[in-house]
Amino acid sequence: MAGNNHNKFPWNHVLGFIFSIVLTLLAVWAALYSSLSITAIVWTIVTLALLQAAVQLFMFMHIGEGEGKAQKGTIYFSAFIAVVIVAGSIWVMNAMMHSMM
Amino acid sequence: MGHTETIDPNKPLEYQTEKSRLNILGFWIFLGAEVALFATLFATYFVLTGRLADGPGPGELFEIKGVLIETFILLTSSFTCGIAIHEMRRGSKKGLMIWFGLTLLLGLGFLYFEIEEFIHYVHEGATIQTSAYWSSFFTLLGTHGAHVSLGIGWMIMILIQVARHGLNTTTTRKAFIISLYWHFLDVVWIFIFTGVYLMGMVM
Amino acid sequence: MKLDEFFVTGDPLIYGADVSIILSMIGVVFVLTKYKKWGWLWKEWLTTVDHKKLGIMYILSAVLMLFRGGVDALLMRAQLTMPETEFLDSTHYNEIFTTHGTIMIIFMAMPFLIGLMNVVVPLQIGARDVAYPFLNAVSFWTFFMGAMLFNISFVIGGSPGAGWTSYVPLAGNELSPGPGQNYYLLGLQVAGIGTLLTGINFLVTILKMRAPGMTLMRMPMFTWSSAITCIIIIFAFPVLTVALALMTLDRIFGTHFFTMVDGGMPMLWANLFWLWGHPEVYIVILPAFGIFSEVISTFSRKNLFGYKAMVYSMVIIAALSFVVWVHHFFTMGADASVNSFFSVTTMAISIPTGVKVFNWLFTMYKGRIKINTAMLWSLAFIPNFVIGGVTGVMLAMAAADYQYHNTYFLVAHFHYVLISGTVFACFSGLYYWYPKLFNHKLNETLGKWSFWLFMIGFNVCFFPMYFLGFAGMPRRVHTYAEGSGWFELNAVASVGGVMMGIGFVILVYNIYYSIRYEPRLTTGDPWDARNLEWATPSPVPYYNFAKIPEVRGLDEFWRMKKEGKKDLDLKKDKLEPIHMPDYSGVPVIMSTFLFISGFGLVFEWIWMGVAGAIGVVITMIMRSFDPDEGYHVEVEEIKEIEEHVRREEA
Ligand code: HEM
Ligand SMILES: [Cu+2]
Repeated sequence: MAGNNHNKFPWNHVLGFIFSIVLTLLAVWAALYSSLSITAIVWTIVTLALLQAAVQLFMFMHIGEGEGKAQKGTIYFSAFIAVVIVAGSIWVMNAMMHSMM
Repeated sequence: MGHTETIDPNKPLEYQTEKSRLNILGFWIFLGAEVALFATLFATYFVLTGRLADGPGPGELFEIKGVLIETFILLTSSFTCGIAIHEMRRGSKKGLMIWFGLTLLLGLGFLYFEIEEFIHYVHEGATIQTSAYWSSFFTLLGTHGAHVSLGIGWMIMILIQVARHGLNTTTTRKAFIISLYWHFLDVVWIFIFTGVYLMGMVM
Repeated sequence: MKLDEFFVTGDPLIYGADVSIILSMIGVVFVLTKYKKWGWLWKEWLTTVDHKKLGIMYILSAVLMLFRGGVDALLMRAQLTMPETEFLDSTHYNEIFTTHGTIMIIFMAMPFLIGLMNVVVPLQIGARDVAYPFLNAVSFWTFFMGAMLFNISFVIGGSPGAGWTSYVPLAGNELSPGPGQNYYLLGLQVAGIGTLLTGINFLVTILKMRAPGMTLMRMPMFTWSSAITCIIIIFAFPVLTVALALMTLDRIFGTHFFTMVDGGMPMLWANLFWLWGHPEVYIVILPAFGIFSEVISTFSRKNLFGYKAMVYSMVIIAALSFVVWVHHFFTMGADASVNSFFSVTTMAISIPTGVKVFNWLFTMYKGRIKINTAMLWSLAFIPNFVIGGVTGVMLAMAAADYQYHNTYFLVAHFHYVLISGTVFACFSGLYYWYPKLFNHKLNETLGKWSFWLFMIGFNVCFFPMYFLGFAGMPRRVHTYAEGSGWFELNAVASVGGVMMGIGFVILVYNIYYSIRYEPRLTTGDPWDARNLEWATPSPVPYYNFAKIPEVRGLDEFWRMKKEGKKDLDLKKDKLEPIHMPDYSGVPVIMSTFLFISGFGLVFEWIWMGVAGAIGVVITMIMRSFDPDEGYHVEVEEIKEIEEHVRREEA
């Protein structure tokens, strides 16, 4: 808990900020200036986005504080739901398009 | 609902009362629901990608420069918002207000560029009614933008309360919760940046 | 819009409704004025944040909605009893099955269960209220305003008619012009806000406000089922919010999510709807499972068999309930991999459900079973629900479902699970917890009459429908031909419907009768029950517990009774002042603005939609600046109240 380091320099935040800038630029590079295949690009930039989300959650939002366990549980479960909703919908809807053609 | 609250020196002010702890946990759970909400909008967007009718496609209209400006503004605002909470925990009311003020300005800047971008698309013939693709694009980004606008209004309310009452268990809790909201909107933007813009330019 | 388009005209049924609505409104205003009850209504009910009072209002509204939905049902049965009847035309019939389905699921089943959750959960976990009492009131009022918005469609503007599932293109602008479908969208949207808030509120309450010593694995089963239900609500309702919003955009603002032109994708609606819709059916069944667990354990005089298995099976059901939604549209024609996957997950979900059935049976095994109305509803649930579940597994076979889909077989399936599951549970819970709220039981003789009529009527009504399905009768047809061979079974079903109607009327009469004639209780524990809600005196003081109980295991109250311990010894126990939240008028006012905003959007009067929304924002800001500190109940007052409700001296 952040109890006794109130007065220190906010390293966490500064580092987090640098990370997020670097990760963003990396994603731009991978998507627009690299010679990766499209599939590789998609996987790379999605991974980078997930990393960046983690940076926000852990370095900016103090997810471990207070009810850390319940809070993390909520976010992990919501990530599962998000994958179900997004990947599931894409899969199901595209499967229909194929079988109709 | 605890009657007597004892001050625990190891915890920041916003965690000192039972009510604050409940509210913060509840807000995290609310953010979980927001994840499901945005996930549904993303699902819609991805399913409808490529369904352009006679309208223009994203590859023709997206420009990395404007998008990067928006992204950096929002990332920076998330940082300033984090510093604001850091200042609050040092007990600096002034610090909190200054950094929140900066966050607000950046938020407004983001909205300015986003609206600018939308107007540009509309001029190019891509409106919310043009095609399924643009309907989902504007709805996803519009929902995020509406959240940012709401966040700005909300943060102003909190600033007024901090200015009036100083830092106490209530105002610090409220400031902390709005900061969570603000960071969360940044998380959503990261996925918009990746899933909508970068992928839109790659495909 | 002309006035005769604004009000629905031209139908004697609706004129009758107009007259009765106006008369009952005049009646209510008259009674309130005559007995000077306006102040009382405002102070005690409209502004309340007390979970028990909110629970009562939820249940009352739900019973009212059950009546409306029931009338719809009987109208449908009247139309279908004989072939080629011309009682209702097809449009009318469509509207009635639409409002019936929507009302029953959204405005009856959920509020009834949420009402029971409101009443029971804080008491069961030894808490003085929920985590956010103010928000709880917001939940109730948004639900109520949503329900009202949906219901006035009947007399103002016209009802929706595209089914509770509202598939496009039927629900789109071309085929459903006018305000009807908008009522569906906005009524559900407004009510959905309340449901989401309830989910968060009760989850935090259960996680954080349990009495000391009550670990997760010592929670009563109804509390467990409520917690799991909340989790499903939290992650399912946002999907509905978005789906409704997208269709609203399509209809009012000309977007192309689900349209037939410009790239829209009608089946995307079905996909989003069922992404919410299947979790929704578990939202209305899990609390029911919790209620049955409580009732069966109490009246078998035994603790619940396989407590842990019960908990884990619910957790598994919750997770699985998010990955089965495609079974509602196997016939869309997705490829075999998709249909097989969802077929398997659907069948998998019946395994934990089966585990629970065995647990209830083993709970009763060698128990000293006491039969009363509450227990009868729970007992009847088991075999009837099994029929519903088994036919569900039949539907889960994707290939076979091509045959069953959208026939009366499906109608029979979901009524078997929803009525013998959810509705029986609501009634069982009502009979069981009623004394806690009103300090008297419901009459047993009337209760048994209503039970047998309703339960037998239910089987007479819905069992034939399985066979109508086999005989090929499609759902949602307003009539059928002479030569179809469907007449006899339909006639039988209608007889069952009437029996259920009579059963319901007796139930309502029972409430009136019991208020007048049932003896008042002298104890807070009329059933010799097991969990903490019964440790409180009846009626429960508004702060619930003068002293928060200490929990040492499952069925804590049972243990206390065995050890001869009392929850509160007025002579010895030291009391402390209790902090309670203030009542507030904001929730009802804010929800009224939501209603106004929704009503404006229904008629596509954007100015009114915006005006209502501004009202909502202003009330929210007012709330934010409200210090909201609550107040303390002093020890003297607590003593006085406890002496009174416990009928003893300090
Ligand atoms: C044993 C577990 C269950 C299985 C395997 C199951 C399976 C299914 C399947 C496959 C369908 C779609 C059939 C079709 O449209 O052709 C269906 C429909 C339905 N089920 Fe179940 N079900 C189960 C339990 C429940 C429960 C517990 C409820 C609610 C309390 C429920 C409520 C419904 C409803 C409302 C529909 C139809 C909705 C509509 O189309 O209007 N089911 N079920
Ligand atoms: Cu289902």
